[in-house]
Parts: sequence; structure tokens; C-alpha cells
Amino acid sequence: MDLPQTELAVADLEKRALQARRLSLAMIYHAASGHPGGSLSAIDLLTVLYFQELKLTNAAFSNWKRPRFVLSKGHACPAHYAVAALAGLLPMRELNGLRKINRALQGHPHVGATPFVEASTGSLGQGFSIALGMAMGFRHRGENLPVYAMLGDGELQEGQVWETAMCAAHYRLNRFCAVIDYNKLQSDARNSEIMALEPLADKWRSFGWAVNEINGHDVPAIQQAFKTFAAETERPTVIIAHTVKGKGVGYMEDVPAWHGSVRLSDDNLIDALAACGVDRQGAAAYLSGAVFEEAQP
Amino acid sequence: MNATPQLIGSSGDSLREAFGKSLVDLATRYPDFVVLDGDVAGGTGTHHFRKHYPARFYQCGIAEQNMVSMAAGMATCAMPVFVTTFAVFSLRAVEQVRLSVAYARRNVKIVASHPGLDVGPDGASAQCLEDLAIYRAIPGMVVLSPADPLEVAAATEAMLRYDGPVYMRSGRSPAQRIFETTPPFEIGKNRVLRTGSDVTLIACGKMTAQALAAADTLAKASISAEVINAASLKPFDHACLRTSVAKTGAVVSAEDHNVIGGLAGAVAESLAGGQPAPLETVGVRDTFGESGEPDQLNQKYGLTPAAIVAAAERVLARK
Repeated sequence: MDLPQTELAVADLEKRALQARRLSLAMIYHAASGHPGGSLSAIDLLTVLYFQELKLTNAAFSNWKRPRFVLSKGHACPAHYAVAALAGLLPMRELNGLRKINRALQGHPHVGATPFVEASTGSLGQGFSIALGMAMGFRHRGENLPVYAMLGDGELQEGQVWETAMCAAHYRLNRFCAVIDYNKLQSDARNSEIMALEPLADKWRSFGWAVNEINGHDVPAIQQAFKTFAAETERPTVIIAHTVKGKGVGYMEDVPAWHGSVRLSDDNLIDALAACGVDRQGAAAYLSGAVFEEAQP
Repeated sequence: MNATPQLIGSSGDSLREAFGKSLVDLATRYPDFVVLDGDVAGGTGTHHFRKHYPARFYQCGIAEQNMVSMAAGMATCAMPVFVTTFAVFSLRAVEQVRLSVAYARRNVKIVASHPGLDVGPDGASAQCLEDLAIYRAIPGMVVLSPADPLEVAAATEAMLRYDGPVYMRSGRSPAQRIFETTPPFEIGKNRVLRTGSDVTLIACGKMTAQALAAADTLAKASISAEVINAASLKPFDHACLRTSVAKTGAVVSAEDHNVIGGLAGAVAESLAGGQPAPLETVGVRDTFGESGEPDQLNQKYGLTPAAIVAAAERVLARK
């Protein structure tokens, strides 16, 4: 798995995203807690990022000169861990240790045993600034590497996000890309009820950012958005990805209660896997944890 | 490009000026570090560095939370990063220090000026009396409070030689000189500046000079005071204090900080954990300050050699 992945067809990326959905759900089931809604909404974006944009191998992490990704919405880490495992950056069996004592995968991302986790996050707003610092560091060192940060929509209520937005535009960090998983829900209710974000694109434009609004589940649209970012020469880019919280699992979609931290019952997992194309018989390996022993489930 | 040596400690330098000049002096030997500022470079001393090394100086605006987390990100590009601001403003980003910097063990050095009542006329909103306690409680943070301009220079280099998060206090007012030449500085080591046998005076920052003055006064009353300069609050030098206390059997701590959780806290923890002895604390007694000149505030709030002498007499009575 230490060879760079080649360009993948849309169907291949969609297949990997589907597999990441199944694994994320199984991880949260075995952890008996976690955040399924915001993991599922982020998975298509993460899959394109890892398999098409970052193309990291384990060897890349011994050198600071590598493209970076920071999951600023740290609670979506099950999705991040699953995608990283599918990309060969984490042994698959580690997924079974999510949120468990003496295991590598913390309930929120932590720098340490897992090199692909570039920043300790979980307190919203900080990861975005850390990623900005990486982009500033690359600029300072004369490196032209991209830095991506994924933010949640509720996270945009943190003042620190707008400090970061101002700073990135001030320094014209054109290799810095924010990806907003805009699923419209946060912990307790809809964004519009908690603290309205709209007009969101106008806010970013007024801060001096290049804005690209896409459907965050449309793989070709995601690919195109990253291409547009790569061609940007003046400004930082924000991809406002309209997503559905709980995407791919009908009973979770657009329901705030599945934000987390949620314990999934056996039936919850079986039903969720069925929505992701795994029949009752196939679900047995996910329920038992045997799926984590497969090299490429 | 290379700046001339900065004559640290000359003409009544404050600790903050000493820090800014130290950065200039260290810049060529340590070519990788950068300095971040939150629009207070004139106040923290980093204007010296900005003048000589503008390409290694990053203005972050009045946005400390971003500045601290950003420093953590920059540090991943193989460079030590100094975050410089006023001590109170650093508190605005304590959670960023905790998560972005300390939890990830990033090579970030937070150097804060304007600690304690030493801030003076700006009043209580700017007088940071809590920083040592707060940073001490963050796992993995080194916490330093040097006492003299030359010790600031030594501590700044020690920070650069250490790969990990550090918080250091400088100071606003012209500093009293303690050292003739740059003293050795080792993180985790404190030094006995004056030997004595009746009572241990342990102090940090500007209060170390006050403790030395108090020891002179006590000597006139035939009380032999040992003075420890506790520039390294964390890791705390337990051996240094306990060796002293084994001899003296009584301790006075002195700091320009709340008596809760800072040097007094470190000393109390050390004594209770290994060498129990009576302790009297000199510092601000769990209250906010107010506007006034530092000398007036020191008198009113009891941060003087006389206050240390009185505390020594109290603690001797408890032996």
C-alpha cells in the first residue's frame, strides 16, 4: 500500500465511499458511542480528498513536506479513520479500537500513534487555524504544497474561524482550502434555529475568499472543485459542500438526534448496513467485528 | 543581514526588552525560528526582532486564538514558533494552548509580557495574576519566570534548545539586575543565589530581587536567609528546594501573582510531597489589582522586601 494511488474513476471513488460508510457505522457500533450523522455527511468529500488529492502513503509522514489535511470538525473522525484505513494509512484492525482504552483511535483526533492525524482537534475552530499555520509554514519555507481543512457548519459559529478566515486572506494563501460539510444540522437542532449562518457564501466572499458551492455527495462536482482550487493563484478557497447529515442511511438522514454521541443497537446497525447495500447475512461480519480483520473489506 | 549584539541588560532594560533583544542575538545561530505577534510588538519587545528579521516576523492581528493554533500548525514545518503577547491576552487562548499546542506537543514558545501588578497604570484588566497557575496545570507545559535581563537571554536560548511547549513570563518595568554575566540556565533547575541557614526565601520574576533585598535586611537582625531563584516553575526543582529546607526548616515564597496556584502552589506541593515545613506566601492575596505605579501597587498589595521580611518572621515563629 506504499505506492501512490493512481487516478480513480468516479465509480471506484463511490464504491470506496460506500465501504467507508459501512466501516464508520460498524466502528460506532463497536465503540458504543460516536457521531454517525456528521461522519456520513463528510465521507464523499473525504474519499475524494484522500484518494485523489492527497494520495499519501505511510512513507510520506517521515517528511514535513507533504500535503496536509486537518479534520477541524473532529467529531467526524470515524469517517476519517475509515477512509484512512481504506487508503492504507492505518491497519484495518485498529478501527475496532475506536474510543477504547489503550488503543490508538481516540474519540476525537489526536496527534500521536496515527501519523495521518495531523492535528489534535475536537474543540471546534482550532483545526482550521492549525491548518492555516501549516499553509503559512509552507509559504515561509517556500513549499507549494496544498493544505485542506474540513469544517462543520455549526463550527462556523466559533469566532476563531473568522479570525482564521481574515488571516488567510490577508496573507493570500492560495494553497489553503477550507471544505465546509454544510449538512445544515448541528448538535441540538438546525443551524438556522441555533445561530443562523446565511448568507454563508457572501460572508466568505466578503472575507476575501474564492467561494465554490457544490453538492458534497456528487463525486464529479467534488473533483472539479478541487481542480478549481488548484488553479487559484490569489486567494484561499472555500468549498461550501451542501450535504445531508446521515447521508446514505435513510432513517438517519436530516435527523438531529443522529448527531451523536450515539449508541447503535444491533438493529440500528443492521438497518444502516442494509441502506449501504449489506444484507443481513453480510452484516454478521460487521456485528462480530470480523470485518476489521479483513485487509480490504 | 546579521544584527550587532544587543547589549542586553543595558540602561535599565525591562525583561521584555531583554527578550526582544535576545531573539535578535539568537537569530543567526537558530535560523529556523519565527515570531508571531498580536499587534503588541512595541510592548513585548519583539519590535527589535521585527526590525532586523522582518521575514521571520508574522503579524497576526488582534486575534490570539488564531495566533496560538496557527503557531501549532507552523511548528509542524520543522520550525520553533514564538507566540508573543501580553500575559492576559494569552489567557484568551488558553484552550488553544491546551489542545492545539500542548496535547499535540508542538514546538511552540509562548512568551508573555505584562505580568502581575508590574503592569501598573493600565489597571487590573491588564494585570495578569493567574497565568502561572493556569499554564502550570496544562500537562506537558514548561513554565518559566526568569528574574533578570541576562537570565531572560539564557532562558530564551534554553527554550530554543528544548523541543516542546513552553510558557515564559517577561516583565514590563525596568528590571533590577541580579547577574553580572549571563547565568547558566537549565529547564527544571533552580539556583541558590545566596546561602543561609534559618529560612528559605524562594522567588521568581521581579520578586527575586526583592527576596535578595529582604535577605539583607534579615541579616541585620541576625537571621540567615537562603534565597532560591525559582525561574523554572515547571518542571519544578524539588531537589533544590528540599535540600535548602532540610537545612532551614522554613520557607517564604514570593511572586507577582495570585498566591493560589503559582509559585506558592508549586512550593506547597513540593514541601507537602517530600519535605514538610511551614510556608508563608507573599503575593497578591486572591484579589484583582488596580491602576497605579508599580511601586505604589507593590506597597499596597504587599510585594516588597518588607513584606518578605515580615513573612519570614511569621514563618520562623512557626518552626
